Amino acid sequence: MRNRTTTSAPAAGFRSRLRQFTASVPLIGWLLGIFGAVLAEYFLGDLVSYYLGLPKIPVLFGLLTVLKKPLLIPGILGYLVLVYAIPVVIIVRIMQKPANRLAEFLAGKRVTIAALVHLSLFYGALHLWADISDYRLLVLKLTMIAIMLTLSINVINGYMGEFSCSHPGFMALGAYTASTITLLLFANDKQFGPALLPEALGFYFFPLALVAGGIAAAVGALVIAIPSFRTRGDYLAIISLAFLFIVKSIIENLEFVGGPRGMSSQPDYANLPMVFTVMVLCIWIINNFVRSTMGKALNAVRDNELAADAMTVDTRRTKIITFLFGAFWAGVAGGLFAHVLRYVNPGSFGIQRLAEILAMVYFGGLNSVTGSIVGAVSINVLSEALRPLEIYKWIIIPLLLILVMLYRPTGLIAFTEFKPRELMRPKTTKGGE
Amino acid sequence: MALLQVDNMTHYFGGLRAVHDYSLVLEPGHIVGLIGPNGAGKTTIFNLISGIHTPSEGNIELDGKNLIGHHPHEIAAMGLGRTFQNLLLWRHMTVLEHVKMACYSQLEYSVWGAFFGSPLCRREEKRITAKAMHLLETFDVAGFSTQLAVSLPYGAQRRVEMARAMATNPRVLFLDEPTAGMTPDELNRMINIIRKIHADFEVAILLIEHRLKFVMELCERIQTLVFGEVIAEGSPEEIRNNPDVIEAYLGREDIH
Repeated sequence: MRNRTTTSAPAAGFRSRLRQFTASVPLIGWLLGIFGAVLAEYFLGDLVSYYLGLPKIPVLFGLLTVLKKPLLIPGILGYLVLVYAIPVVIIVRIMQKPANRLAEFLAGKRVTIAALVHLSLFYGALHLWADISDYRLLVLKLTMIAIMLTLSINVINGYMGEFSCSHPGFMALGAYTASTITLLLFANDKQFGPALLPEALGFYFFPLALVAGGIAAAVGALVIAIPSFRTRGDYLAIISLAFLFIVKSIIENLEFVGGPRGMSSQPDYANLPMVFTVMVLCIWIINNFVRSTMGKALNAVRDNELAADAMTVDTRRTKIITFLFGAFWAGVAGGLFAHVLRYVNPGSFGIQRLAEILAMVYFGGLNSVTGSIVGAVSINVLSEALRPLEIYKWIIIPLLLILVMLYRPTGLIAFTEFKPRELMRPKTTKGGE
Repeated sequence: MALLQVDNMTHYFGGLRAVHDYSLVLEPGHIVGLIGPNGAGKTTIFNLISGIHTPSEGNIELDGKNLIGHHPHEIAAMGLGRTFQNLLLWRHMTVLEHVKMACYSQLEYSVWGAFFGSPLCRREEKRITAKAMHLLETFDVAGFSTQLAVSLPYGAQRRVEMARAMATNPRVLFLDEPTAGMTPDELNRMINIIRKIHADFEVAILLIEHRLKFVMELCERIQTLVFGEVIAEGSPEEIRNNPDVIEAYLGREDIH
């Protein structure tokens, strides 16, 4: 808060007051504001967009329409202000004191309870937001899966400092394993025949299928880890890239999972609550791990393996566990991916997917949970928003990546710790910072 | 019985004989110095005993247990702590994290505990944090605990590295040139610190050092190493007056 005392110019005064105000709102206040805005859209969205001359509610904050029909830009801006900005500001302003009191109350509770309250509010907002259109729902689910992928590769490439390229391969293993299980057991499929178990059980077994997918990916990771961790650096990159192609061509040649045609009509188990819960679990577990001393051993191995070894760290075990751990979550994300799209083919797990995942992790920031989330969300949303540009999209996104690499070589938000307790703490006006 | 005993250790790097027939008996609570010109093989001896290299020949025992063939982290967990000549600190870790990391082998929780943040895991983290803070206070760097270790002044970095080595609960401590690049003031401080840890933690110390004043003041026994061979061993007084040592350090005296 540099400008808080020097308020000579009115503009600076306004800005400093704004900053002071935003610093005095706890996270739960913002969540309430967002929830209110989404609620406003849910009930008034159609009306507002009609009066602003928009054909329908702007799906992704109007990002798609901006490039397609520039004439609608004023209407979209109006919509964003009326439906999102104004309700957020009003609610946040009114709720500032009660929200702080609530945050203080929650700070006295266990961190799990406080987190659950925040998450349910956040989920509520997402659910209402995604209810407007199927497209939103799909983008949201894919973004959450991207967060899991980014975070899990960050554990290997960021926290441990190895360069692994096999993430799409792990994803494929997870996707195919989970799909095979659900199609075999719970669906009447032309490939696998009638369901072996009652279909009603399917949804409850789905998490187990995801875990099985994760384990399949971890087993695949073990195949790379054992030969390659004798060496460091480039070798792992090459071996893991080879692994990616091996997995892809094996699947392409396995007739029993559909070969190059892929597998389709997976049961519709990956609804929003399921994807959201799995993602939260993923973030929670990975964050627990990297903040513990056992997880910090990854940083020690990365920064100086010799010193780590001399300080009793079992470096080999650490590296293998981490690699399997990262692969496990990639497998789980792959399983979700297959059930969100309800179609997989080997082509979706190629080098382009790898480029996307790497872009997300290096854009967002290495060695940082927050960075991974930011990277996954921004690249994903950007890639949806630039869809009207078609092929030029793949010029703009890499350019952006180059810019980030130039000015922030380790990514936007790198080398930070994600502390849920800090994030949710109350912010009274006095102790704002 | 000796705490650390090395018998007739020889090591070849390819065709180069780096260490020849080195023997050491380190009794509990003793401080032994290892001196010698550059390239004599002092650090190689450290690396051989601490498991980074496996000696071509010879035998190493710590407290009666054979060390040959064990991984460095196992040897470290058995009670052999060390520091490095060129300060191998971790670039992205804070001072506190450095010292906590050295408690790795003492952690009671499993990797599952770390994943799910089990109560045991939280208890253990609290325990080693307290232990690490205590060590940081002993080494007078507690004020830096939340800073990145690499951003500290040089002398403080040395002390952090010592605190880190002590966190492994060593019974034998290897110090590889603890005063390299230090000013005379810092040097005196380091002498006091080494005396203190020697008294407080009851460790036996093997010390590599270039500055004779430092070695003479601290060590009860000194070995002089030249081209991988011990040419003299004895009390500081004996070493100071040994003609071979003088020759190795100062060159041959011309006879008029």
